[in-house]
Amino acid sequence: MSVMTIVQAINNALDIKLEEDKSVVVYGEDTGVEGGVFRVTEGLQKKYGVERVFDSPLAESAIVGAGLGMALSGLRPVVELQFDGFTYPAFNQIISNVSRMHNRSRGIYKIPMVIRFPYGGGINALEHHSESPEALYAHIPGLKVVIPSSPHDAKGLLIAAMESDDPVVFMEPKRIYRAIKQEVSDEKFSIPLGKAKVLAEGTDVTVVAFGAMIRECQKAMVMAKEAGISVELIDLRTIYPIDKETIAESIKKTGRIVIVAEAPESFSVGAELMAVANEEAFLHLEAPPKRVMGFDTIVPLAKGEPMYMISPDRIFYEIERTVKF
Amino acid sequence: MLNSIKTPKKYSNNQPTMIFDNFDPREDEILRIIDNDGEVLNKELMPDLTDETIIQAYKSMLYARVADNMAVSYQRQGRMYTYPPILGQEAIQIAAGVIIRNEDWLAPAFRELAIMMAKGVTLKEIFLYYMGNEQGSNFSKANHVLPICVPIGSQLLHATGIGYSIKYQKKDEVVFTYVGDGGTSEGDFSEALNFAGVWKVPVIFTIQNNQYAISVPVKRQTNSVNLAVKAIAFGVPGIKVDGNDFFAMYVAYKEAFNHARAGNGPTLIEALTYRKGAHTTSDDPSKYRTKDEELEWDKTDPLVRLKRYMDKAGIWKENEEQLIEEYKLEIDKQFTQAENFAAYKLEDIFQYMYVDMPDILKKQKADYELFQNWKENRK
Repeated sequence: MSVMTIVQAINNALDIKLEEDKSVVVYGEDTGVEGGVFRVTEGLQKKYGVERVFDSPLAESAIVGAGLGMALSGLRPVVELQFDGFTYPAFNQIISNVSRMHNRSRGIYKIPMVIRFPYGGGINALEHHSESPEALYAHIPGLKVVIPSSPHDAKGLLIAAMESDDPVVFMEPKRIYRAIKQEVSDEKFSIPLGKAKVLAEGTDVTVVAFGAMIRECQKAMVMAKEAGISVELIDLRTIYPIDKETIAESIKKTGRIVIVAEAPESFSVGAELMAVANEEAFLHLEAPPKRVMGFDTIVPLAKGEPMYMISPDRIFYEIERTVKF
Repeated sequence: MLNSIKTPKKYSNNQPTMIFDNFDPREDEILRIIDNDGEVLNKELMPDLTDETIIQAYKSMLYARVADNMAVSYQRQGRMYTYPPILGQEAIQIAAGVIIRNEDWLAPAFRELAIMMAKGVTLKEIFLYYMGNEQGSNFSKANHVLPICVPIGSQLLHATGIGYSIKYQKKDEVVFTYVGDGGTSEGDFSEALNFAGVWKVPVIFTIQNNQYAISVPVKRQTNSVNLAVKAIAFGVPGIKVDGNDFFAMYVAYKEAFNHARAGNGPTLIEALTYRKGAHTTSDDPSKYRTKDEELEWDKTDPLVRLKRYMDKAGIWKENEEQLIEEYKLEIDKQFTQAENFAAYKLEDIFQYMYVDMPDILKKQKADYELFQNWKENRK
C-alpha cells in the first residue's frame, strides 16, 4: 500500500500497464517531457522511452484520430486531451469513427483505446477549463464513459478501461486531483466498469453523484446526519453503461432520490438518472426525484464560479426539502 | 542573405510583386532590418518613420512590458488568476499597433496584451478578466476587438469570416489575427488559410512563433522548414520575419496591410520570437528548457534592440527609469480600479447567455435565490 493522490494513482495505473503490455502507448499535448500540465504522466517517458510516451503536436482531432489508427492495428493507445473544453476539436473523430468502428466493421476491428482528460470546475480557471461534458460523451452509442472519485477508484477503473476492448472516455475530476490522499494497493487491480458503488448505506434518501461531487455530498451528509436524515450515497463510477439496478434498488429502499452533478442540468446525466428513477422505481417514490446541478449557463470565470459550483449547503438544502416533501 | 533583394518568386497567381516575394520561406529566408546591437543591416528596407513614431512605439513596448511584469506579480500576490505573459513579444504587436486603425479588426488568441492595448482595450479590463470577471471582455473603448479566444487557432476562422463581410460590404477595413506556433498544427489553422485564400479576404494572419507550445518546442510541432512556408500551399503570400525587430515587423505589416486594402487578399507572417516568460503563471519552463537557451535568446530582446537603435540615431532623450515609475503608477491605478469593480452578482452568470432569456433560466436563477435566502436565514 502507498498513500496516493488521484494524479499518482492514475500515473501508477499507466505505469503498471506500460510495464506489462508493450502495445500500450501514451501521448497527448505536453504528456512526454513535461509529464502533462497536471503531471499525470510524469516520469513515464523517462522510464518507457519516447516511442511509448510522447508529446504530440497540438491538434486534438489528430490525437484521437491517429489513436484510432493505432488501436485498429495492434496498439492500445491511451491519449490525453488537455482539458474538458479542448476535447471538442476531437469530437468528430470520437463520434464519427472511434465509437463506430467496431460496429461498422462488423466486429473485425476492436478499439482498445482510452481517451483521458481532466474535467470539472472549482479551480478558478480560464474559460474552457472548467466544463463537465460527460453527457455529450455518454450520449454517443459505442463509448463507455468512466469517472472516478478517489485515488483507489482512479487506479482500478483506469486499469479496467485500459483492458477494455471497447473505447473508453475516462474523465478525471481535476478539482480533487491532489485534494484526496488515500492508501492504494501497489499491486495491479481493476474495478469492473458499469457498476456503481454504494459508498454509505442509509434509509431516508438516495443521493447519486460522481467525480468531485462525491466529496461535496459527503460534507452534506454530515449536515444531514445532524438534522437526523439518513442518506444512502451512491457513486456512479461509470456513467455509461449506467448501473440502473443499484440505483433502483436503493430508491426502493429509501423512496427518494437527489442527484448531484456540476454539469448544466437540462439534457444531462441527471436527466438520465431521473428517467431511471421513474422507469425502474416509480411506485416506490415518496417525493419527486430532484437534481442539484449546474445552471444551463457557461461555467463562470472565478468570480462567479462559487455561485455556479454545487456546495454542500445546497446539496443539504435539497436533501432536506426532498425528505420533508 | 539579407542584404540583397532577390529575383521575385511568386507563390500564387494574380499577386503583385511584393516584399514577401523577396524572402522565400522555402529557403528559410528571414526579413530582418536591424541586428541585436540596433545596427541597420538593410538600409534599403528601413521604413520611413518619424522619430516621434519610433519613440512612441518604444514607449508602447515599454509600457506593455511593465504592465505584463506587473500582471505576473499581481498573480503571484494572489490578486489575479492564471495569466499568460507576453514578455519578449512586444515588437510584433506594437508594430501592428502603429498600423492598425480604429475601424480595423483584431481577432486575438490570448497572448496579445500589447496590440489589444494599442486597439484601445484598457488595462483595467484586462486585469478584470484575469481576476475572473467576464466584464473584462466588455471593452468600453476598443472598437472591433473580439474577446480573448482560448480554443487554439479557432479565432483564425472568425477573422476569415469578418474578412468576407468586409469584402461583401465593400468596406475599407483589415483584420489582424494571431496564433502561436502550436496553433499551426490545428486543423482550424489550415482551414482558415484555405478559406481566406479562396475568398481573397483582407486578413493578416500572424504566427507568433515563440518557440514553445507550453513545453513542446516548434521542432516537434512541425517537420516544415519554418511556419511561413505553410502559406505556399494555400496560395497565400507568406514571409518569415524577425519578430524581435520592430522595423522588420513594421515593414511586413505595412506591406500586408496595403496588400489587403488593395483587394489582393490575405497574407501570413511568421514572427520569429521567444516566449521569455512561462506559458502561463501555472507553468514552469525550467521543466523543459535550459537557462543557456534563454540567455541566448535574451540577446535578441526587442526592446533592447530598438533602444540601441535609438541611442545610435541619437533620438532617445527620455529618462527610462522615470518613465517606468510613471507607468507603474498608472498601471497600478488601473489595477485598483479593476479590484474595486462592482461585486459579481448572480445575474452576471445568466444575463448574457441569450438575448432573450428563456423561462427555464429565469426559473433556475429564482430557485437559486430561494436557496440563498434559506442559507441567509439559517445563519
